[in-house]
Amino acid sequence: MDILITGLLLGGTYALIAMGLNLQYGVARIMNLANGEILVAGGYFAFIAYSAAQLSPLLTIFLVAPLAFALNWLIYRIMLQPLVNRAKSRGQLETDSILATFGLSFIGVGLMLSFFGGDYFSYSFMAVPVELLGNTYGANRVVSFVMAVLICGALYIWLNRSRAGLSIRAIATAPSSARLVGIDVKHLSALAFALGGAVTAVGGALISTYLTLDASTGVVFTLKALIIVIMGGVGDVRGTIVAALLLGILETVVASLLDPGLTLAAAYVMFLGILLFRPQGLFGKKTT
Amino acid sequence: MNLTATDIRNLILAAGALGVCALLPLGDNGYWLGLGVTVAMFTVLATSWALFSGPTHYISLATAAFFGVGTYVTGLGIDSLPFWVLVGLAGIIGAVLAALVGLATLRLSGVYFVIFTLGLAELVRQVITWVQNNSGQKGLYVLTDLDEAGIYWWLLGLATAVFLAGWLIGRSRLGFALRIIGDDETVAAHSGINTALAKVMLFMVPGAVAAMTGAILAPRYVYIEPSLAFAPILSFQVVIMALLGGASRLWGPLVGVIPFTILLEVISSNFPNQTTLVIGIAFLVIVYLLPKGFVGLLDKAMIRFNGREGA
Amino acid sequence: MANPILSLRGVTKRFGGLVAVNAMDFDVAEREVVGLLGPNGSGKSTTLNLVSGALPLTAGNVTLWGSQISGLPAQTITRKGVSRTFQLVRLLPSMNVRENVVAGAVFGHRRRWGREAHDHAEQLLERVGLGGKGDLSVGQLTYIDTKRVELARTLASDPKVLLLDEWLAGLNPTELQIGITLIKSLRDEGRTIILVEHVMDAIRSLCDRCVVMAAGTKIAEGTPTDVLSDKEVIRAYLGDDDA
Repeated sequence: MDILITGLLLGGTYALIAMGLNLQYGVARIMNLANGEILVAGGYFAFIAYSAAQLSPLLTIFLVAPLAFALNWLIYRIMLQPLVNRAKSRGQLETDSILATFGLSFIGVGLMLSFFGGDYFSYSFMAVPVELLGNTYGANRVVSFVMAVLICGALYIWLNRSRAGLSIRAIATAPSSARLVGIDVKHLSALAFALGGAVTAVGGALISTYLTLDASTGVVFTLKALIIVIMGGVGDVRGTIVAALLLGILETVVASLLDPGLTLAAAYVMFLGILLFRPQGLFGKKTT
Repeated sequence: MNLTATDIRNLILAAGALGVCALLPLGDNGYWLGLGVTVAMFTVLATSWALFSGPTHYISLATAAFFGVGTYVTGLGIDSLPFWVLVGLAGIIGAVLAALVGLATLRLSGVYFVIFTLGLAELVRQVITWVQNNSGQKGLYVLTDLDEAGIYWWLLGLATAVFLAGWLIGRSRLGFALRIIGDDETVAAHSGINTALAKVMLFMVPGAVAAMTGAILAPRYVYIEPSLAFAPILSFQVVIMALLGGASRLWGPLVGVIPFTILLEVISSNFPNQTTLVIGIAFLVIVYLLPKGFVGLLDKAMIRFNGREGA
Repeated sequence: MANPILSLRGVTKRFGGLVAVNAMDFDVAEREVVGLLGPNGSGKSTTLNLVSGALPLTAGNVTLWGSQISGLPAQTITRKGVSRTFQLVRLLPSMNVRENVVAGAVFGHRRRWGREAHDHAEQLLERVGLGGKGDLSVGQLTYIDTKRVELARTLASDPKVLLLDEWLAGLNPTELQIGITLIKSLRDEGRTIILVEHVMDAIRSLCDRCVVMAAGTKIAEGTPTDVLSDKEVIRAYLGDDDA
């Protein structure tokens, strides 16, 4: 029970991060491999704001979100849009964007290394125990989970109810048809990419309250987010959430029963299972 | 086999170049030989990488995983088996591992393949670390009488084998099938090509070669441990060198290996903290400035030159 | 039909809730040219994709000389002797015209390699009217020539059954005549052909028999003259008011 809840709490934040990546891949068609660096940057921001100005991470996220949004919007417009324009096929865009975002990822790590050094960073925020169903958990984990649920919920409602949200879902489903019904695909792709980056950075700020990060941990989160997105199904919000919770629980189970050093290996075994048996995602329909 | 005059000329030229390269350890045993080993290592890795990724456009980041497995084959077996058996064994294990990875991922789109290979080195590393922790063993000592020159000659031999294999594959049905798959997979299937099988078979080549490279280099490390053997950066360096040179020709990666190895050498000895940044910038240079590598630049120059001559 | 080369029985394809092809039955005899007609979206191309293995069937089966080919991957079906062109021409951009044809000769029903494949490709290029153009890159070709290259590639493995997906579509009147003459010459060689086609002139002059589809279902089958005067066929093409 204890493990299950710890897993769920972790999975909630994973869901947020994976939602960010899913917006970027599902809508803007960019498999953003620099996603983890955006997350770590969000974490750094929260860390600095807290240690320099005692600013609560729960407030910092309102600064992190617009900054990350602007940064990702610029990245999309300046660096990725040209790739979209020159791509002759889906495969070429895939290859180009993978290489370009790898470049961004390394540059991100390099910049953070030179500004902050290679040390781990962590800070003590709301590190008080709270009791849930007879067991105690860190308040920071619980608060992060609640925030993640709120943000995921808001995103879900926005995607399903608002006009822009519907258009974004239309692009995710059928990009060429969306263009035909007068949806500004270029503009909305940039918007979705920027929004995805903002969500990821907020996830990073939240996760930094209870996990220790360093400049080069980004890639681990990128991998986890990728596994969640593929497992949940590209463009599928519900699938992403379920997959994130599953991954959170799996990792906690492996870490507490087997060895904390095997969490990524466990995630990979799960990923392999998905690739072999349900490459279309947990809830995806078999496409032909 | 029928060889044209050009084929024979190229073979003679290649053999001559190989002979010159083989003389390096006789001239220098220090810095330059060390650099020679690194260049030879990346030549082998990048050329075999491009054999698969050039025609198929799949980006493999599995090099570090195969390489690490190879170093462990030598590390575990060096006390009981002769070195050349270990190198061969590493090749077989690498090929089998590549076949398994290929079977799981190569029937899906390129993104899945990249992601899977990206984490593969980390997956194997975590498992080996775990096994070592549970058996109370930390690392392995590889003590042989193989010196730097010996390693260099081994790598040169492997490089020759890779170039020869690449040349033969290029003339074979498999090579032709891969070109068709790279152009249009649907057409390939409707021309009677078993696309999944062809891709898996070709992917076994870089898998085997990277594992053999790891096995050959293990004595250079003397002491091997998971974080050293499975360093993920190796996969990225190989991708950059191959693409920088150009993956569309057999000799393309070689053109990228030499300058980039030297650049990395200079950067890491002068600005050790900036290597990550350099790798990042290299990726962007490839995507935005040199999408076809140096080979592409050369081709363009040739076309311009020939065009002017014809006009 | 006594001894059909190709038979479709209950062939069905569903995409989610949409039934694109619904229980199609028909046979093709050896040396017969069968036209597959129907309005846009009636499921003709999908039917062809089901036969060639480009798409898996939801239900039913396809047999080639009595042995089942449905469920097999496209490459196996090709090797068994069913070869096709695509609705939108698909050539291999990194290869020249001759290599594009060789690509069809190396791995298919009848396999050739090296000198033999090269010479065979030259013959086929001659056959489709592209003699001497083997060294051109495919980017330099006119539209009809790209279609010729694709046809030559399809013929390169000596297929038993040829599937032509709107091969005549998009040609101008002069090219159309050339195209019809070319397919007629294939027919005169005694090849078995299924062609999805909209061009009525071509259907009348080429087909022995036609199968007409509407909304995924077969609505008529018979000689071109018969089916084109069939009431239901006219209604399917022109709508209820005109019938």
